[in-house]
Amino acid sequence: MTNTPNAIHTAEARLEVLTRINRAAQDMVAPVKPPYPQGEVLSREAILEQFEDRILDYKAGFLRVAPAGVAQAVATALAGETRAVVPQGLDLAWLPAELTLLRDSPRLSHAELDGIGTVITGAAVAISTTGTIILNHVAGQGRRALTLIPDRHICIVRASQVVQTVPEGMQAVASSVTAGQPLTLISGPSATSDIELVRVEGVHGPRQLSVIVVEGI
Amino acid sequence: MSGLHPQLPFPEAAKSELLSAQLRSNLRKVTHTIREKRLSAVAELPYWEELRVLGEATKNEALAHLSDHLLELEKNVKARGGQVHWATDAQEARELVAQIAERHQVRELIKVKSITSDEIELNKALDERGIHAIETDLAELIVQLSHDTPSHILVPAIHRNRAEIQALFNRELPGEGHLSDLPADLAGAARRYLRHKFLTTKMAVSGANFGIADTGTVCVVESEGNGRMCVTLPEVLVSIMGVEKVLPTWDDISVFMELLPRSSTAERMNPYTSFWSGVTADDGPQEFHLILLDNGRSKVLADQTGRQTLRCIRCSACLNVCPVYERAGGHAYGSVYPGPIGAILTPQLLGMQDHNANTLPGASSLCGACFDACPVRINIPQVLIYLRGEVTKDKGPSVEQLAMQGMRLAMSAGWRFEGAIKLARIGQGPLVQDGTISWLPGMLGGWTQSRDLGAFPDQSFREWWRERQRNQAKAGAPTPSDKSPANRDAKEPGEQV
Ligand code: SF4
Repeated sequence: MTNTPNAIHTAEARLEVLTRINRAAQDMVAPVKPPYPQGEVLSREAILEQFEDRILDYKAGFLRVAPAGVAQAVATALAGETRAVVPQGLDLAWLPAELTLLRDSPRLSHAELDGIGTVITGAAVAISTTGTIILNHVAGQGRRALTLIPDRHICIVRASQVVQTVPEGMQAVASSVTAGQPLTLISGPSATSDIELVRVEGVHGPRQLSVIVVEGI
Repeated sequence: MSGLHPQLPFPEAAKSELLSAQLRSNLRKVTHTIREKRLSAVAELPYWEELRVLGEATKNEALAHLSDHLLELEKNVKARGGQVHWATDAQEARELVAQIAERHQVRELIKVKSITSDEIELNKALDERGIHAIETDLAELIVQLSHDTPSHILVPAIHRNRAEIQALFNRELPGEGHLSDLPADLAGAARRYLRHKFLTTKMAVSGANFGIADTGTVCVVESEGNGRMCVTLPEVLVSIMGVEKVLPTWDDISVFMELLPRSSTAERMNPYTSFWSGVTADDGPQEFHLILLDNGRSKVLADQTGRQTLRCIRCSACLNVCPVYERAGGHAYGSVYPGPIGAILTPQLLGMQDHNANTLPGASSLCGACFDACPVRINIPQVLIYLRGEVTKDKGPSVEQLAMQGMRLAMSAGWRFEGAIKLARIGQGPLVQDGTISWLPGMLGGWTQSRDLGAFPDQSFREWWRERQRNQAKAGAPTPSDKSPANRDAKEPGEQV
């Protein structure tokens, strides 16, 4: 424990905090939790429509295409950009042939990533109720910095990955959390309302988010 | 204001804050806007009430076996390469952060908004050791650059308008000087200023919205992306978490991911939420410290009525619906926790013998709006009444004095008089439990005897107030009792009465 500050002291504090808490809570009984409330269950098509509606509401880009149309959709989302950083494991058939691919191996420095305008990734799961994409940063998504520093994030989601509710979405990534993976939940581009409550899209995170949903897979 | 400790009793602090017209107008704008938005965000989920009940039960379950869950969290964070420290009080927590910074010879670190770190007055302590903490949340940056203190949990700089921010950024941010007052321009300036810091700073400090015991996971909920930057890019990350933030299992997080954004920013979901468990190889900080902070929380837990306060997820919905907060402003509460939650949390954390903090339970009209808005169903009016009782035990200001202050503020805002009508509920409603407020009729007696208030049970407050204004207009001059700040405000042009 040489790198733990004041190891002995914090051990004392630990004992003291735990003792205080145990004393304080001795009369408490854990309640029986009610079941998770259920809303109306939507059809697959309604879920995808809801997802689109939510994404657009966040002022993010949205395209829904057949598998054969993904590369074209990515080209549209690139808006003239000719290069992008792409994590290992992303299906190369999804990318326009003329795109210059930048790779994260060897690892790109923060400064190098800052010089790259666009990142293209997949996702772990998406939630239609809230228009949320969840990344668990495995192959096809890259480490967290990859989807954070570039200013444009193009995220390709398979239609089968879109679930309706928040608990379904969180459940879908439970095993990767247990395995120690970090998660990023993304709902639209970065935003702030800190100045007179005027919502400004884009502060520190990617200022542009484009979501492409691939039908039938 | 310094950390948790109010420097004045609430009535005095509120009096001086009441004089600022800018603050009041900014505050009214934000609270009313968010209030409306929250209602529609909540109305979208037909099972909102069930979610609240589940949120309440989940937190109660977590608190009932709190030490077990904390030990489980500790075990799992350590198993994933993180380090866990315990702090009984603010001083110990500050010391832990400072020691970690000093070990890494860090002179500057980045911070993501954390009320817990404000509670322990971390920045000042670091400053004294020659370590500069840079706030990266836009509002916190505004507050920090202007050497101010936050006035709202969610929008800490809400008392500043864009012209003030424009002048501040043009003056304080290197390389700027010609910024317009457009919010997008001002946000852009913050982006330019902080980007280099994010990419190069070695150490970051964050709070934690939730800690999940069975997976050893810490969660930060945010909007701007500064949180992601802070928890991802530095080599060393220190997260300070109040012990009450722990949830037993991963399954428990969903209900809060539904409750928190809709209650807080009135969004279906906030832009970014980060979860991490200890250290991830090749991804993010390779040294992670979690500091578990008590600082009075175990004392709150010991109190059967007060302990529900620990369910709080710091959404700020109770601030936005509170007529007293809207009137008095966040600074009047003298603590990092303003509004209704501050009125019950601050005095409990500090102890009712604190003669400034123990005036805070008076900062309410008991209208009940905070309880209705609270996503984890903290019965704030019940706790307020209970704490007022504790104050009289401790010979503080009289209960009537405190209650009157709250009523004056609420009524002068011309706000939600149905709230005042809800006082009628007190006699039979949820505010009475196990006879803990058996002295209340006496308190109401105090109000009805007051010349200012008249016999309100026979007349609605709104009617009473209108009539009073008419009489004053007829009389042409204020009566001696009109020296109260509330009355002064009520006569300002444009004030809706
Ligand atoms: S008391 Fe309830 S409404 Fe107020 S901040 Fe806490 S959780 Fe939100």
